[in-house]
Amino acid sequence: MLSTETDILSAAEAWRRAGRGVAVATVIETWGSAPRPVGSHLVVDADGNFLGSVSGGCVEGAVITEAMDAIADGRPRVIAFGVADETAWRVGLSCGGRIRVYVEPVT
Amino acid sequence: MQLDILALLNAERAARRAAILITDLDGGDQRVVREAEIAADPLGDMLAQRLASGRSGLAEVEGRPLFLTVQAPPVRLVIVGAVHISQALSPMASALDLAVTVIDPRTAFATPERFPGISLVPEWPDEALGGAVPVLDRYCAVAALTHDPKIDDPALAAALRAECFYVGALGSRKTHAARVARLGAAGFSPEAIARIAAPIGLDIGAISPPEIAVAILGQIVAALRTPRGGTPA
Repeated sequence: MLSTETDILSAAEAWRRAGRGVAVATVIETWGSAPRPVGSHLVVDADGNFLGSVSGGCVEGAVITEAMDAIADGRPRVIAFGVADETAWRVGLSCGGRIRVYVEPVT
Repeated sequence: MQLDILALLNAERAARRAAILITDLDGGDQRVVREAEIAADPLGDMLAQRLASGRSGLAEVEGRPLFLTVQAPPVRLVIVGAVHISQALSPMASALDLAVTVIDPRTAFATPERFPGISLVPEWPDEALGGAVPVLDRYCAVAALTHDPKIDDPALAAALRAECFYVGALGSRKTHAARVARLGAAGFSPEAIARIAAPIGLDIGAISPPEIAVAILGQIVAALRTPRGGTPA
């Protein structure tokens, strides 16, 4: 099922209330041909279950890992992906765009 | 993000009120400003502009990097007339994440068989709106497709009064001229009446019902996403 931004933040609240560790990732800046607009959300739980997206699937894996770290240490962080980053090809923003993502635990 | 902030954002969305989440990217402090609180907020002007554009984004205030998440209510499409075009339009609009409702008092048209999975209200618009269908607001699009003034006109009047971001009506230029005269006689200003997209839909030469549905949806997306289309503010 295609999830809307409504479903995503509602899920974040429901998951947290159910006692799961939860983090919210938000696209805060894009350059070039980024696939998802600023403000897009990805919600992740401590087991790596997720809903929504911050890219066309290119960097979700790295964001999910970072989100699980944020759940573990309780601290928000900003992460950047792009062609200038040597991991870009590995995690794959091959479209040439760059994005910055804010990742925060729900506490 | 604290759970109570997340809950407040979800509650505002459920109540169909806009809100802006302000995040200080240095340290993670957050607060929510509800639509009604924007005017009195120290950052009011900036927040009002953000809300008008509907776009989330970065801002710098007194040297601090902020991110503003603009949360507008989900967009609803109310289709008046359970007609052939509506059968094509409803699932296409659902695919665009619009919350679709079809209203038509003619029970021969408004059948679940013709509209599988679509919210269908077999009532007159005056009766349905504010009853089985939540009242219209600025985050609603209304498409009047029956060709019947007895059904279309009350819905169009309600849409104009509610300042819906999109109001469209099916019918030829001649039909529309008669409609303009009726709405004028009912007290609507020429400016208000001019907000009705008629004949409905972008001019793409659409002929079949699905093609007309594409033309209508293109016009709705333009009204939602482009300044000249009249972003809801």
